Amino acid sequence: MLKTDSLFKTLCLAAAALTALLTLGFFVQLILSSMPVWRESGLHFLISCEWDPAEQKFGALPSIAGTLITTFIAVILAVPLAFAAALFITDARPAIGTVLGHAIDLLAAIPSVIYGMFGLFVLAPVMQDHVQPFLIGTLKLNHVPLLGRLLGSETSGFGLLTAGLILSIMILPYICAIMRDVFIMTPPVLKESAFGIGCTRWETAKDIIVPFGIRSILGGIFLGIGRALGETMAVLFVIGNVMKFPENLFSGATTIAGTIANNFAEADGMQKSALFALGLILLFMSFCIQVISQSYLKMTSSGRGEKK
Amino acid sequence: MKQKKLFFRKFKDRLIRLFSAGAVLLATGAMIWILFTVFQKGRDCLNLSFFLHPSKPFGMADGGIANALIGTVLITLGAAVIAVPPALLAGIYLSEYKDHQKFASFLRFCANVMMGMPSILVGLFVYMLLVVPSGNFSGFAGSVALAIIMFPVIMRTTEDMLSMVPYALRESALALGMTRTRTTLRIVCVSAKQGLLTGILLSLSRVSGETAPLLFTAMFADTWPTAYFTEPTANMPVLITEYATNSPFESMHTAGWGAAMAVTILVLAINLVTRILFREKKHVR
Repeated sequence: MLKTDSLFKTLCLAAAALTALLTLGFFVQLILSSMPVWRESGLHFLISCEWDPAEQKFGALPSIAGTLITTFIAVILAVPLAFAAALFITDARPAIGTVLGHAIDLLAAIPSVIYGMFGLFVLAPVMQDHVQPFLIGTLKLNHVPLLGRLLGSETSGFGLLTAGLILSIMILPYICAIMRDVFIMTPPVLKESAFGIGCTRWETAKDIIVPFGIRSILGGIFLGIGRALGETMAVLFVIGNVMKFPENLFSGATTIAGTIANNFAEADGMQKSALFALGLILLFMSFCIQVISQSYLKMTSSGRGEKK
Repeated sequence: MKQKKLFFRKFKDRLIRLFSAGAVLLATGAMIWILFTVFQKGRDCLNLSFFLHPSKPFGMADGGIANALIGTVLITLGAAVIAVPPALLAGIYLSEYKDHQKFASFLRFCANVMMGMPSILVGLFVYMLLVVPSGNFSGFAGSVALAIIMFPVIMRTTEDMLSMVPYALRESALALGMTRTRTTLRIVCVSAKQGLLTGILLSLSRVSGETAPLLFTAMFADTWPTAYFTEPTANMPVLITEYATNSPFESMHTAGWGAAMAVTILVLAINLVTRILFREKKHVR
């Protein structure tokens, strides 16, 4: 009798240890497979812009820059919208709130390849025919110093901005769903007290709801960043896949995930190793995001007397 | 003076509420736009032969998606078979055996890292793990990749759901003389059944649309998925990718939209049915 118990426990332990093993496995495998590149070009790989399979020259900077810029655009656009939408859903009448909440959940469930296809066949043409000509032709934004340098004057429809837009549509529901869950959990007594002393809804949100749920709000934002960093398909279709350091927001670029997806099938030798090295960089980025958000949660939980 | 300040406070409040409403409109509007596009462009493919015939090489007429549909179901179910048992056991370990808390929180950290893992890296990992040693792409490799994505998700939901079972239940079962294992399986797991099923089904719906991990594992083929273990297996997400990006033919794009519609309906249907059948229990923290 006791024997089955300890056997079952060992079995559970083994299954649980699988997570640690897999996590470790990812690092080991990527480090091993990317060894040739690190040995060949060392840290120069990180700052080189060249990507020439014929000459066996590889650099990661364009991909890294593309990944960071698209993620930045996506988060900047999605976070305020997600925050505002979550506030609206929490404040709305229960019937409306539930329906909208479910709609957001469904939006989060749509596969990323659908977003990619939508971006390729719908959003990119709209950007090309309407948005970019409007920004450049009508508003003449490309003649404004600095901003014009940032935007550029290409009107292909593909590029960093379009990719960032698609990504922001994609991560908005994730962030929004998390924020909504937190906002709903604010104790009603706190909110009612705020209303009782004459606060407006916005003041209640700003001074009561946000401080109450700040940890989970940040957690949600970090989750969104993680998603945007590693997203492949939604970006791949619309970024243009140009292996150059992007000059401006309208120019074609590439991301780490996009480069891997695009080149891996026909790569061999050093190029494959370079792609694994890119994978390692991506893994490192998403790992850092996790470590930062987890250690933040741990740091603040003791201060707030919460248990987790 | 005081009147004016109140006016501004109210004005600011109105403005922000307007912005909130706009944000909701934008989010739901985006969803409606995307779904509308998918259904409008995929509508042309709504006929029986599209769902009964296998896909054809580029440029040939009358291709269908039947092989990819079956392939996707095979790969996804394969992933469930591989991932669900160990993930449930791992979740049980985290929630029921509390003797190594340090180790358990380390495992939770690993699970979080894996949940945030870019899915294309899972594809690379399985490529090196299975495809290179065996020398061929296979549907099985695709299943393993999806299973790796499902594993931490199911593990964490299992832990959450089991933790919500009241302690009195465990104590009564143990007091009646049940062994620990029997208590866990017959009492704790059974009372959390709904939550466990919800977790499994939602993770299934998520991975059934995953593309990136399948690119280098299951790949694609225009044949029926007869050799799941040894040959590239057709599947929907990669079919969509191929048709949308690598083909200049209008008919291919249309077929791609048809496939996109099928995947969307599949994923949303699993999602909706799960949510309706097992109304989400709110987490108690």
